[in-house]
Amino acid sequence: MFRRHLLSLALGATLALGTTAAQAQDEFIVVQSTTSTQNSGLFDHILPMFEDKTGIEVRVVAVGTGQAIKNAANGDGDVLFVHAKPAEEKFVAEGHGVSRADVMYNDFVIVGPPSDPAGVAGMSDVVAALTRIAEAEAPFASRGDDSGTNKAELRLWKEAGIDAQAASGGWYRETGSGMGATLNTGTAMDAYIMTDRATWIAFGNKGDYQIAVEGDPKMFNQYGIILVNPEKHDNVKAEAGQAFIDWVLSDEGQAAIAGYKVDGQQLFFPNAGS
Amino acid sequence: MFSFGDIMTEALGLILTWDRDLSEIVLLSLRVTLTAVAIACLIGLPLGAVVGAFRFRGRGAVTVLLNALMGLPPVVVGLFVYLMLSNAGPLGILGLLYTPSAMIIAQTILVTPIVAALTKQVVEDLHGEYAEQFASFGLTARERVAALLWDARYSLLTVALAGFGRAVAEVGAVLIVGGNINHVTRVMTTTIALETSKGNLELALALGVLLLVLAVIVNALVMALRASAVRAAYA
Amino acid sequence: MRDTVMDILTENPVEAAPLLEARGLRFSAGGQDLIHGIDVGVEPGKRTLVMGANGSGKSLLLRLLHGLLTPAAGQVLWRGHAPDRAARRAQAMVFQRPVMLRRSVLANLNFALKVHGLAGRARAERAQEALEMARLTDLATHPARVLSGGEQQRLAVARALVCEPELLFLDEPTSSLDPASTQMIEDLVNAAHARGVTIVMVTHDMGQARRMGDEVIFLHSGRVAERGPLDRVLGAPRSEAARAWTQGRLYTAKPD
Repeated sequence: MFRRHLLSLALGATLALGTTAAQAQDEFIVVQSTTSTQNSGLFDHILPMFEDKTGIEVRVVAVGTGQAIKNAANGDGDVLFVHAKPAEEKFVAEGHGVSRADVMYNDFVIVGPPSDPAGVAGMSDVVAALTRIAEAEAPFASRGDDSGTNKAELRLWKEAGIDAQAASGGWYRETGSGMGATLNTGTAMDAYIMTDRATWIAFGNKGDYQIAVEGDPKMFNQYGIILVNPEKHDNVKAEAGQAFIDWVLSDEGQAAIAGYKVDGQQLFFPNAGS
Repeated sequence: MFSFGDIMTEALGLILTWDRDLSEIVLLSLRVTLTAVAIACLIGLPLGAVVGAFRFRGRGAVTVLLNALMGLPPVVVGLFVYLMLSNAGPLGILGLLYTPSAMIIAQTILVTPIVAALTKQVVEDLHGEYAEQFASFGLTARERVAALLWDARYSLLTVALAGFGRAVAEVGAVLIVGGNINHVTRVMTTTIALETSKGNLELALALGVLLLVLAVIVNALVMALRASAVRAAYA
Repeated sequence: MRDTVMDILTENPVEAAPLLEARGLRFSAGGQDLIHGIDVGVEPGKRTLVMGANGSGKSLLLRLLHGLLTPAAGQVLWRGHAPDRAARRAQAMVFQRPVMLRRSVLANLNFALKVHGLAGRARAERAQEALEMARLTDLATHPARVLSGGEQQRLAVARALVCEPELLFLDEPTSSLDPASTQMIEDLVNAAHARGVTIVMVTHDMGQARRMGDEVIFLHSGRVAERGPLDRVLGAPRSEAARAWTQGRLYTAKPD
């Protein structure tokens, strides 16, 4: 008797949960995005404006760019909002996405301990700075997770002509985790870390770390937005997804992005259509 | 330097300034975990009882499998459920990915082997004592399982609590299949992971303290229930 | 059903067919033969005692007869047929150490009645009668496992009898009880016998045997050494094994 009640209770609960999801189906979209946009607080700032205007709820899954692209390629999302241009273009070329548009950029910085073992503090030439770090064999913490930031970092090493991954496990340390986890780990072992500025400003565990290298145009970090191809995945809510993309690229959306500040600093610079 | 005083102050502050977002997260944690544990018990209790009470071909293999599955990493379960529920997966049509239902499914898979394996042990011991009497009663298999589960009910509460502990503490599975979506699938453990990645270590640990408090409350409630029931019917 | 059987039995004064019969029973465990081909019959309405020294196979025989163990060879017949579910439910057994369910005294009785398909008022009435009979009414709501050893065994006997079995097995039911508790168990069993229940009991106790026995099956090393009316077997044993036992001697000779 008791167990029969439990059974119906559990089944009822499961069904109820399923129905909630089904009912809300047409009122939300899923955006596959990155930890940098989420952790910096940008989405908390701009999404309510869009939701108020359209009534479409935006559900953000914030993972590394690599995983976000994989998830979107599986059709698990309606919009892809990440920062790894070559990978995004490949995503579109393979037919997973409809088309790609620039949204905004922020920039990467290299943060380091006050002791500055490689002597790179104040530099603005990132390639030269990385060369010095490698020569000094100063600890460098990389995300090593195929994320947008990781890809950008690897491009810069390549440009410096250094095979940093050959030193993996030595002075080059791959954490295999997100930006926040890598910052936590890297600061604990006095390593240099390349991070996007937004995450760094909002990061709460800086300790006595400071920005060592910044301002090189090579460290600009371009964000793109892509509608997942509804012809490939018929569950994609093309209309609602496109509405979100249109809004983000509109003057209103771009102004919202520019208006987001932490400690008085603007974190993202809209550049749609430029 | 971290001070544990600061962390406790932060935890206390969290509880005192209790806001809607926090209730949402706490309630979703409880809803997901308790539902998963309930379903895991519905499957695991009879399964464990059957394996514990009957001899059959392959029983040893089933036991080894259950014990091994107890150690499943949550991330692996999360990945498996993700691949099942993904729109590119066989069950994508259900539209369950990134919903609490997906989290319940993942945690059910995590907890069921624990419930079944521990139930098997409890029931096996009890059955050793009851077997001849039950044979003398001429019980059917179903009557046997029902009577064993009922008579082991107080030990099985502890089994369910072990399952609860595993589910409420895990982050790997719910993060992957739930997506940690604010106001939709964000639970205590994924919030802790998120705040850690934001570098808000004090807040993260304060949430951890809150999670511990919740777990203590659930355990205390169950144990109080057990104690009063034991006084009524058991020695 | 039972009435009809009893009617037939009384109408046919021919020495009745055994209620339960063992033919060529063999049993072995761990590569050792423990029961070497036993043929015995249990007559309806009688109190049959299974006696013998430790290790002679008394408890094994009881379990084989009740169907708790499967013989390696031979068979057990209930009214001349292979026992079915109904046969099992017409029998009950009380063990040396009572097995109490982790429930109240009353719930222990109700469990047995429920297994036999009784519900509602009929069940409640039968359970009440059993409580009174075993003088456990005041303890009805107590957890069975906090009762004393004597009370537990009384409950075990009451639980075995509550479903009105035709045949009751008892395996040294009083071996760990004090004289007063022993007396109560014997009274319960004898009262059941007076109501027509056939009794098969293992005992070591000569005094108890004289108070409770009609027939004796005397075992030695897994074989029937001797069987017959109690007075004869214990008074003038023919087998060396039974004679040694009545004289309190150790008898170890292995037959054949």
